[in-house]
This record gives sequence, structure tokens and C-alpha cells, in this order.
Amino acid sequence: MPEPTNPEPVGAEPTTPTPASRPSTPATTPVDEVTEINPDVDIAPEDIGVPVVAEGERLLEVDTVTLRFGGVVALNEVSFHINKGEILGLIGPNGAGKTTCFNVMTGVYQPTSGVVRYLGKPLGKRHKFQITKLGIARTFQNIRLFANMTALENVLVGVDAHHTTGVVTAMFRLPKHRREEEQGRARAMELLEFMGLDGKADELARNLPYGDQRRLEIARALATSPQLLCLDEPAAGFNPAEKVKLMELIRTIRDQGYTVLLIEHDMKLVMGVTDRIVVLEFGRKIAEGSPAEIRDNPAVIAAYLGVDEEDAS
Amino acid sequence: MTTTTNVTQKKKDRPNLNERIADLPLPIKVVLWILFALFLFALPLLNIPFITTPDSDFGGVLFTVSTYVLVALGLNIVVGYAGLLDLGYVGFYAVGAYTVGVLSSQHGSLPWLWCVPVAIAVAMVSGILLGAPTLRVRGDYLAIVTLGFGEIVRLTLVNSQWLGGAQGISNIPRPPGIELFEVPSIDWSTGVPVVDLGTTTTFLKFGISDFIPYYWLALVVIALVLVFDILVKNSRVGRAWEATREDEDAAELMGVPTFRFKLLAFALGAAIGGLSGALFAGKSGFINPQSFELLLSILFLAAVVVGGQGNRWGVILGAIVVSYFPERFREFADFRVLVFGLALMLLAIFRPQGLLPPRRTLRAKRADARQHVLEEGEAGA
Ligand SMILES: Nc1ncnc2c1ncn2[C@@H]1O[C@H](COP(=O)(O)OP(=O)(O)O)[C@@H](O)[C@H]1O
Ligand SMILES: [Mg+2]
Repeated sequence: MPEPTNPEPVGAEPTTPTPASRPSTPATTPVDEVTEINPDVDIAPEDIGVPVVAEGERLLEVDTVTLRFGGVVALNEVSFHINKGEILGLIGPNGAGKTTCFNVMTGVYQPTSGVVRYLGKPLGKRHKFQITKLGIARTFQNIRLFANMTALENVLVGVDAHHTTGVVTAMFRLPKHRREEEQGRARAMELLEFMGLDGKADELARNLPYGDQRRLEIARALATSPQLLCLDEPAAGFNPAEKVKLMELIRTIRDQGYTVLLIEHDMKLVMGVTDRIVVLEFGRKIAEGSPAEIRDNPAVIAAYLGVDEEDAS
Repeated sequence: MTTTTNVTQKKKDRPNLNERIADLPLPIKVVLWILFALFLFALPLLNIPFITTPDSDFGGVLFTVSTYVLVALGLNIVVGYAGLLDLGYVGFYAVGAYTVGVLSSQHGSLPWLWCVPVAIAVAMVSGILLGAPTLRVRGDYLAIVTLGFGEIVRLTLVNSQWLGGAQGISNIPRPPGIELFEVPSIDWSTGVPVVDLGTTTTFLKFGISDFIPYYWLALVVIALVLVFDILVKNSRVGRAWEATREDEDAAELMGVPTFRFKLLAFALGAAIGGLSGALFAGKSGFINPQSFELLLSILFLAAVVVGGQGNRWGVILGAIVVSYFPERFREFADFRVLVFGLALMLLAIFRPQGLLPPRRTLRAKRADARQHVLEEGEAGA
């Protein structure tokens, strides 16, 4: 049997957002509904049985990865790596191949050539869910929550990634089911509280305001206890104040023990929060370095020239 | 501004029937459930005017309704929970019935009760065999493949002499019974209910003229399947199904082995379909390919969609609507099919989510209303 063909590439910018994932309200949330996050809640990743590398060591390595879609070369011999405990920025103009890069790292696409190594081993032809279980989680540029499930249920699905309850265990309410439900619910509620969403645990995802939906996506990804958290333009559609808040949140997430790969094409924003930055343009890596180095890099300036600030943010 | 808010506030504060039942203390809830169950068991004996079908044996009708309910519960797992469109569900129903027929009459003489677990297992295996290659493809293809499956099963039955061909299989044994006591019925012929000791049902005799015991058996099976449904749905398994239905790619990327869970839904749905088929075979004592027409698949699906896919109580209601009304209005002969079709169309237009949409839709509506009030309020302020 042929492998399934994806009718719609995961994470690719949709021409029209699906009605289910479109927020029912515009980004303008009533003032009294703005959600404050609770950075003190302990949301450290749980032990998921993968080897934990030491701080500063290589967690993931993209090694000369090329990906072609017919004639389009979406990624052209791209190489970079992510160290444990850092926030790596992946930036570049629209269509540069950032989302595609995520898709290669999470098993949505197989690279045409090159390898992605995680904890020193090639990811290979693993299923997407297996890669998630290994500790790579992501959010989506266009929100893809489980629209008709509650906020809590959305996060629970993420927590369930490491659970093994099946029909028989559930049917007879065996101890494993009880244990997993109890621990899972506790962790999911912690994550919601951390994101300031605990008051909305029972709201359907699609009824949440836009900002909450974005935060819920992060909570759901964190629920899988990833070693590496990949955020695809989490600040898209936010106003400047919200963006700043989100960057603080991302730093807090890192401080709780996660490694973060952040796609964002607002240069200024990325500068403030990342440890290192990789710049893509037309599928090629054109620069890599500290925020200061990137700011002064002529190739990067050229790539972003002509793209005015409004467009880029 | 204040007026609109207040009106909606009042509406929201008044709990609906569902919430009021949910708020009752547990012992009262248990008593209510027991009373309701007793009522269901007594239903064919009460001979309630208007509800009781005038033109066909009410016990038999209730049994048919029960098999539809059972089938709808099974199909709801596939269609409502996991979001897989199955147009050939009658195939599994047939597999269950024919497994019983073959083992108990055509090529063996096993008692009915022994055949039931085998029928469930065979239906489940056929579900896995059909699902394993097809569940990798999405949406429309699955509908077409399952549609084909239903027809292939029927054509195989017609053309295979080993399976009885077009004549089918007869002399299928009945479920085992014990004749303990007689249960009287109620007679309304004088206008007031009178206990009628002349017309009784033997507890528990699975005979050829009185179908009430079969209905009782079906009720017990439905209760068991319902409990199973509730337990499995409220677990990791149910969440995985729903996540897969909502967004398969996102589910997979959140660690849900979607293929495995789709196959599981398919297998469980098939098993329940097979169980219904086994019940049907045990009650009729005779099966032939005409009992498993494509139309039946469509009716099964109609039951799920009309009732509200994803809500177990909704699909039960849908199954009752789809199977009971055509029997109740048998007097209008073929005209009833027209009315039935019209009713389905009206339903599709006015209640596209089904008669009893899943809780999620109701909750969403309520939240939408609240949001609406918020916005209105702001505009007014
Ligand atoms: N499934 C696909 N089929 C064909 N082309 C694709 C597909 N996914 C992405 N692309 C192309 O790859 C390029 C990079 O896209 P993307 O990774 O989404 O860019 P961005 O950096 O904005 O996230 C674009 O030219 C896009 O059209
Ligand atoms: Mg992108």
C-alpha cells in the first residue's frame, strides 16, 4: 500500500484558513480577558526515557539537508545544529524554507538528501508520532488545535503521547488507566495554569480568543515533554506588547529545562530572546551566529532589505 | 445593553434538563435509571396506545429497533468518534449473522450462544482485514472502499452455494432459554388499562411467535455495549479518536499513532456490527442475502447522522427514529417511505448537527452566545 499523500502540506501557509482553526473572535480580546501567564508553575519536562544530553551539547543536527518538491528546492544543503538548553532562532523572509525545515525535523517530509540527527542518531524513516515520543514537539504556523475538544483535552492528547492505556485497560479501569489519567490531568492542568489558561480548561479550543489558541498550542506541545520544542511563528498576529510578553514566556520555558527552536521573521524580536540565530533565504542557510553577528551580517541585511518592517513582522 | 445581557443571563442560569439530571444526588439518579430500565423492559407488555405499532407485532418491532440501536452505537465509534466514513457497515452485520448461520446450521450444529463470540471475532477480523490496507488512505477513498465491501459481501452470499446462495440459511437455533414464569400484559381495549392474564409472555422462552424475550436480550446487550462505549470513550483511546477526527496530521505530530487508533475504531465498530448480526440471526432463525442490502448501510448511517454523530444518546435516538417510524406508520404503505425521506431532508436542513448533537456542539453554542453578549455589551458601552 502506498504511503499516505498529504493533501495539504503540514504547516504550509494555507490560502484560506480552515473554518475550524480560525479563531471565532478577532485578536482584539476584551481587556478583562487578557491572560496572564504564571511563570512560577513547575512545568519541567517529565522523564520520557530518552537519554538527556548535558547542557550545551548537541541535541539535534541538520546535516546538509536538501528537500525538493518537484522543481522547487525548498531546502538546499542546509546544515545547523541545536544545543541543549539554548534558544535558537530560525529566521528568514517568507518562503525561505523555515516551516519546511520543521517538517523535515518532525518527520512530515523525508529529506531528498542529507540527514537529521537527534541525540547523535539519524531520525530515519520514523513515523511522526514516534519522533514526538523521542522528544521533538512543535506548534503550527497556522493554528491546528483540535477545535472541537476542550482546552484540557487538547493538552491531554499531548500528555497521552507517553501513555499506553488501550481498550482493555480502559474498559476494566485497570490501575494503569487510573494512574495515567490522574497524573496526566495533573500535568495538563499545570501546563494550562502556566499558560494562564486554567480558567478556560473546559472551553472548546475553537471558542478561545486568538491569543489563547496560540498559547494552547504551546501548552499542547509542552505536554509531550519534549527535549526540543519547535515554535513556528508563535507570535504571528500578535500586537507588539503581546509579542514581547510571548518572548518572555519563551525564555521562561527555556529556564524550566526545555530547548527551544523559534521561527520568527520579526528580526528585532528574535534578537532579544535567542542565543544563536540561523538565517535562511530561498532554502539556503546564509548566516549563523550570535544575534550581534547576525545584525551586522551584510548578507542578512541584504536579504531583509526591500522587505520593509511591516511586511516582515 | 443591560437588557440583552440580563435576558441571556437569565437563560443561562436556568439549567436545561440535562444539567438538572446531572445535578441530582447519586441515589436518586440510580433509582431513576432503574425505573427507566424497568419501563424499557415492560414497554412491549404495556401496549401503550399510539406508541404501540398497530400493524405489526410490537415485540418484533422493538427487537428490530434494538438491533438498529446496537448497530448505531457501533457505527458511531467509527463515524462519530474516529471520523471515518463507513458506507458498508451492513457487511459486518452480514458477517456476524452468517457466521452464526454457518456454524449453527449450514455446516455445524453449535448452539447459538457459542456462535456469538465467534461471530464477534470473525466480524472484528474482517474489519481489520478491510481496514489495514484502506485506513491509510483518507476520507473519500475509505467511503468508496467500504461501500464496495458491503456489496462484495452481499454478492458473495448470493453466489456462494457453501453459504446457502440466494436461498440463504435456515433452521438457525434460538438463544437458550429457561421457562420460569409468565408475565401478563396490559389491555387497553376498554379505554382503561387492565391487566390481561390471558396474553402473557414466558420468561424466558425464545420461541417463534413471541419476540418480546428477544427484545429483552437485545436490551441487555445494548446496556453492556453502552457501558463499554462510555468507559472506552472517556480514556486515552477516546481522546485519540477525537484528535484524529479533528486533525489527523496534528494528532500524529502530538504523538497519536493515528493509524492504529483508526484501525481499532474500525475493528470495534465491526465487532459490534457482527454482534448485532448474530442477534438478528438468532431471532429470525433464517437469513438470506436480501436481509443485507445496501439500503441497510444507508439507513444505519442515517441513524447516526440524524441522531447526532459523536453523541451516543443522539445516535440511539436516531436509530429509533429511523427504524421505528416506518413500522409505526406501516398503514400508509409505500407512501411512508416518501414521508420518511422528506423528514430526513427537513432534518438535514433544520438540524444539520443531528437531533441530539454532541455535547461539544451545545457547549460551543453556549460559549458563542456568551461571546456574542460580550461583544454586544462592548458595542453598547
Ligand atoms: N508541500 C509542498 N509542496 C510544494 N512546495 C512546497 C511545499 N511546502 C513548502 N513548499 C515551498 O517551499 C518553500 C518554503 O516554504 P516554507 O517552508 O513554508 O517557508 P517559510 O520560511 O515561510 O516557512 C516555498 O517556496 C513553498 O512554496
Ligand atoms: Mg512558515
